[in-house]
Amino acid sequence: MNTLDRIKTLAARDAGADRVVPPAGFTVRLTLFTAAAMAFLTVFALALSMAAGRLATSWGEELARASTIRISAPEGQLAAQTAAVLRVLEQTPGVASARALSPEEQRALLEPWFGPDLPVESLPMPQLVELQETGDGYDADGLRLRLQAEAPGAVLDEHSRWRRPLVTAAGRLRLLGWAAIVLIGAATGAMVTLAANAALAANAQVIAVLRLVGATDGYIAGAFVRRFTLRTLAGAAAGTLIGLLALLIVPAGGDTGGILTGLRFAGLQWLWPLLVPPLAAVVAFFATELAARRVLGELA
Amino acid sequence: MIELDNVAYSYSGAAILSGVSLELAPGSFHFLTGPSGSGKTTFLKLCYGALRPTEGQVSIFGEDLAAMDRDAVAMARRRIGVVHQDCQFLDHLPLAENVALPLTVSGQASPEQADNLRELMTWVGLTEKYEALPPELSGGERQRAALARALILSPDVILADEPTGNVDWEMSQRLLRLLVELNRMGKTVMIATHDLMLIRAAKSLVNARNLRIAGGTLQAAGADL
Repeated sequence: MNTLDRIKTLAARDAGADRVVPPAGFTVRLTLFTAAAMAFLTVFALALSMAAGRLATSWGEELARASTIRISAPEGQLAAQTAAVLRVLEQTPGVASARALSPEEQRALLEPWFGPDLPVESLPMPQLVELQETGDGYDADGLRLRLQAEAPGAVLDEHSRWRRPLVTAAGRLRLLGWAAIVLIGAATGAMVTLAANAALAANAQVIAVLRLVGATDGYIAGAFVRRFTLRTLAGAAAGTLIGLLALLIVPAGGDTGGILTGLRFAGLQWLWPLLVPPLAAVVAFFATELAARRVLGELA
Repeated sequence: MIELDNVAYSYSGAAILSGVSLELAPGSFHFLTGPSGSGKTTFLKLCYGALRPTEGQVSIFGEDLAAMDRDAVAMARRRIGVVHQDCQFLDHLPLAENVALPLTVSGQASPEQADNLRELMTWVGLTEKYEALPPELSGGERQRAALARALILSPDVILADEPTGNVDWEMSQRLLRLLVELNRMGKTVMIATHDLMLIRAAKSLVNARNLRIAGGTLQAAGADL
């Protein structure tokens, strides 16, 4: 009988087959608790992975096409150098648009650090120019040389210097999240195997009786497999639900959210955790099946 | 039906049985006797495939046991009703479900079979004990329930290991008559017992072949029986 047939048989088996195995035992609680705890952790690992993915995408796409030019010049030259920079940028291939930030926008950038009452006008603030590049991008080295000649106080910050390591870190965080999910799945399989082994060993007498009356290994294994699979499904469903509720109480960071305040799913990503209980059940199915076949072979 | 050809069985290097040959022909009735620990239970287990011989050949319904996998043995066991020495029930299930267990595991549970179960429970006098759990039963009730379970699939062969070991004389006579009745219905019966009184009592009921295990070998029982 192949695996698909075994799963069909498992799904179709009547409740009478379940009853041949005594219902009590610590393995019930162990399996339920393990499945719930692992599902809870899986939801968090999934959320972490997806949040890291969103962050990597955001930093990778939104910042990749933006650069900033900072102009520091004596007060009398600031406007002239700003105009020169904007003129250079208009003529630079690969620059889609460029604009000087207004004093209000510059004040808004500093507000998180200095408060809303900062007298920007009285401070020797550099002028910031934001530019958006085209799909082909611009020649940063060439632009720097031109700015040096036309506006000596202008410094080009193309963001890539600090963006690349952040994008790399976010990508690795996403991979770590997926690796954690794989490890959690393996740990779930190991715990279910241990619980199934304990249950099979504790029920050696039951197995002897079943064999005495003509039960096949498939029937005996099926009774245990079905029980452990359903327990794991129930435990994982509870753990997933608790995990989702826990994620809902994590404060949302909105547009300013980082990895911590963004530790939740977005849009259709909320459907991903629904896969956790059935996947946990599949892991339990194979773990119990293998354990049962091995123990039944040893008890023969 | 079941044939043993020069069979030997040893456990941890100790020989339990050696040179055992026997054919359980259809409709035959055998008594197997011998002192406790002589190998009667081992012999029966070889007959229903619970043990495999270390030497020789066991054939069950024409199939060589050595060539049968565990599932094939399980299928063959559905044609062999076994009354185990200590009955062996699932203590968490009511008696009716225990008796119907061979139907459950073979996927034959059905309303028609439920009728058979009722008839069988009536036949062994346990109609009042449907919902009782095995630990709540007396020794005699357990033995009769074990016999009912062994018969629920209408097996060709009945192997009973000390079926009267835990019951009084009256109950042992009743169980004996049940087994004789089954033999008259065409079933092959083998009873392993150390109760010589039971074997003597059976002489007037059935033409049984009496065997004895002594020194690990199978012999025809003497006139002392």
